[in-house]
Amino acid sequence: MSNQVDNAARERAAYVHIPFCHRRCPYCDFAVVDMAKESSPIERYIDAVIAEIGMEDLWGPLHAVNLGGGTPSVLDAVQIRSVLSALESRFGLVQDAEVSIEANPEDMDKRYTTQLREAGVNRVSIGVQSFDVVILEALGRRHNPDQAVQAVANAQAAGMTTVNLDMIFGTPGESLESWVKSVAVARDLGTEHLSAYALTVELGTELSRAVSDGAAAPDGDDQADKYEILAEAMAPAMVRYEVSNWATPGHECRYNLTTWAQGEYLAFGLGAHGHRDGVRRRNARRLDVYLDQVEQGIRPEIGAEQIDKWAREKERLFLGLRRRVGVIAGEGGEAFLASEIGQRFVTAGVVAKIEDRIVVAKPLLTDAVLREVLALERPQTGA
Amino acid sequence: MNDPTLIRNFSIIAHIDHGKSTLADRLLEATGAVDKRDMREQLLDTMDIERERGITIKANAVRLEYKAQDGQTYTLNLIDTPGHVDFSYEVSRSLEACEGALLLVDAAQGVEAQTLANAYLAIENGLEIIPVVNKIDLPSADPERVSAELLGIVGGSPDDVIHVSAKSGSGIAALLEAIVNQLPPPEGISDAPLRALVFDSHYDTYRGVVCAVRVVDGHIESGEQVRFMATDLVEVADEIGVLRPNIEPVQRLEAGEVGYLITGIKEIDLIRVGDTVTDATHSATQALPGYLEPKPMVFSGMFPTDGDDFERLREALDKLRLNDSSLVYQPETSRALGFGFRCGFLGLLHMEIVRERLEREYDLDLVTTAPSVEYQAHLTDGSTLQIRSPQDLPGPQVLASISEPYVKVMIITPSEYVGTVMELIQERRGEMGEMTYLTPERVELHYQVPLAEIVFDFFDQLKSRTRGYASMDYEPGEYRQSALVRVDILLNGISVDAFSSIVHKDRSYRYGRAMVERLRKLIPRQLFDIPVQAGVGSRIIARETIKAQRKDVTAKCYGGDITRKRKLLERQKEGKRRMKMVGQVEVPQEAFISALRIDE
Repeated sequence: MSNQVDNAARERAAYVHIPFCHRRCPYCDFAVVDMAKESSPIERYIDAVIAEIGMEDLWGPLHAVNLGGGTPSVLDAVQIRSVLSALESRFGLVQDAEVSIEANPEDMDKRYTTQLREAGVNRVSIGVQSFDVVILEALGRRHNPDQAVQAVANAQAAGMTTVNLDMIFGTPGESLESWVKSVAVARDLGTEHLSAYALTVELGTELSRAVSDGAAAPDGDDQADKYEILAEAMAPAMVRYEVSNWATPGHECRYNLTTWAQGEYLAFGLGAHGHRDGVRRRNARRLDVYLDQVEQGIRPEIGAEQIDKWAREKERLFLGLRRRVGVIAGEGGEAFLASEIGQRFVTAGVVAKIEDRIVVAKPLLTDAVLREVLALERPQTGA
Repeated sequence: MNDPTLIRNFSIIAHIDHGKSTLADRLLEATGAVDKRDMREQLLDTMDIERERGITIKANAVRLEYKAQDGQTYTLNLIDTPGHVDFSYEVSRSLEACEGALLLVDAAQGVEAQTLANAYLAIENGLEIIPVVNKIDLPSADPERVSAELLGIVGGSPDDVIHVSAKSGSGIAALLEAIVNQLPPPEGISDAPLRALVFDSHYDTYRGVVCAVRVVDGHIESGEQVRFMATDLVEVADEIGVLRPNIEPVQRLEAGEVGYLITGIKEIDLIRVGDTVTDATHSATQALPGYLEPKPMVFSGMFPTDGDDFERLREALDKLRLNDSSLVYQPETSRALGFGFRCGFLGLLHMEIVRERLEREYDLDLVTTAPSVEYQAHLTDGSTLQIRSPQDLPGPQVLASISEPYVKVMIITPSEYVGTVMELIQERRGEMGEMTYLTPERVELHYQVPLAEIVFDFFDQLKSRTRGYASMDYEPGEYRQSALVRVDILLNGISVDAFSSIVHKDRSYRYGRAMVERLRKLIPRQLFDIPVQAGVGSRIIARETIKAQRKDVTAKCYGGDITRKRKLLERQKEGKRRMKMVGQVEVPQEAFISALRIDE
């Protein structure tokens, strides 16, 4: 496993952001165009993305392509195929490339799912979130549990290599029983992959406004309980390979593995983030700006960051430590283990050194470790 | 030579906000000491910090020339007094320099405890008192009631009370006449050896220490050698003069006169308020009575948040002390807070002023530990130790008993709050003394209360429980033996010296309970369970546990936005840098401050 994980650093990936949503979920702070409230020039956007792909220097071939959002499943299969074709013709795809798309259950009928498969998609990530109708409502979702179950069945029937369930736990009002039931339903669906995220209150969202107005906030201990419930339930079928991700062997998400291995990936579309030639770049987050720039033949980039060697070493740890197999200790890992604070984490059983790797043994405390790793001073090199 | 019969030395006794500074402004104006166009409000309060707080901590003496209706021109020396309970010794010295005082009371508020305390002090010192009711033009004024209160204190008939509005100036003419007619002139022996009372001093960057003096006997001449009797210091009187209110050097000050004296002395603590200045060659045999060493009442540790600021803190304290000889400090080391100083203050307000100046004028970030009083530890070998910091208290093997300072508290309250006040006093281990009705509506209460109980937010409690109507004053009393114990707070099994406190045995459980509960809430959860315990000696009296942090992770790096996530974590880490490591436990700065905040 660790070989595959480390090798992902050498793979090449591409991310395409599809910002459109039928409506914005109350907890979401992504670059989203709320179709119920804003003008949504989907055709024009697709053209812009394809044009942006054309502006990127040649690179490739790609091992993984990920269409994220937003809600990529608001696109029809023709639009999706045109984006994928643009990527393939400019960069090429390796033979077994992972082609993944995020989808909402209500969009995943039999016909659409089959069309996606025919368009070249081989992995779908379905935003089921929960199988409790009350919680789905609280999360502002438009589907019901039956639709989610049906969507999964359709995806499986369409011959997807990997079906992923995207879930959210720890919504205020979600009882332990509710979550236990959701987990049981998810497990019984027999997918190859599962991502589960604790509901987070992001600044500027409807949820954060509600919480500051006195609505219940997610509780860390409750979320820890639910994480443990999930981990225990999934253990026989899947392996947790990252803080929030479970997969049956061979079905780990290649695009994400590349990210965590500090690998490089291209990024296209509104607010997308790429990493190429050691530089992290980000695109405009405003739709009009993005479209105008691209249509004038200008890359819609609004920022880039290149960090020094020591910062990069720390970034390697910061990303890699989210994985179950951790990261080869290297200069930064050794410095952390040698530090007073590092020792405290080892003593507390949160961090361990296993052979040449450094591993976070308590995934729920990963950020506590990362904060300290990022604050490490470069060790003084001996004479 | 000035005719002493044409001199009147007086001060104004008033509560904060009762209009003392405004009245002083009017007197300056009415006697032509200041042109109307040069007038600015509260002219005599020179330091910024005093202006903001509306109180005066530095006495000042101003000479006014007043042409009275009898055709004579009188010299009026207005001697300002500090207006807060922490500075009662300074008040007493200022009063000692006067023959009379204006007892100034707000017509809407009535007499407050502090005013009454100072009025008693003036009466005890043999001063003639002129009762004055101020703010008679306020809609809520009740001059009749307030006059009655005043007469209850100083005696006399309603006609003796002078009604003024310092704001509009009405009644000022009558007041000036009363000053020359009712107040006695100074009595001194002009051909006796010099005796001058130092009733205030301050530090001037260019001139060094400037003393305010009242010549009691003899005279002082510019250029002569003088001796400070308490410190036995001989110096040349480089300059003497008066304030009108601008500085005006003079050749000589006679018996009965008030002025300033500048010698070559640069260190404020070499000049003691209350000291007697005499002629170095023809010395007086006896100093003037009443001198006391400055005595701090309240002690607290002050530690820089950033350990690197220790030297800056030392320099700042050194500078503050140039102008404040009552501030004492010595280096202190705390396991929890590092290097700092144990500082002694005259009282809580004094402590607040010092802390505020350190933070504001010297840009220091400080952790201040809970204020403590000076205990006496009586040891089994018969010796006694002064304990200014709880951690200095010896162990039970050698400790026979502990004494604590009591204070005499006077409270004036509307009679409807007598029950409330008594309840508060009881909670604070106070002992009831005399009770006098000033009027049927207002009561004067006397108590003996441990100083430690006053220091702990007593004043705030008194104010809030009586809706702001009660006022108080206190003066030092005796030491009494009390059943006191030291409650230690242990974090993860390690005693945190900054949290140790000496409390009454009967309160130790409640105190310990409150502290551990408070700390459990203030200290963030960490990698492991942290027991928070309160203990007396080896006995644990309260325990809480800060449960280990279970979840400290956010969702994946959204959309590959690595930079944003990394910066978020870096920012969070910056926030954590303000933590102090206590053993293996990270304690936020805020916890030290909040936990030590003394509300029960």
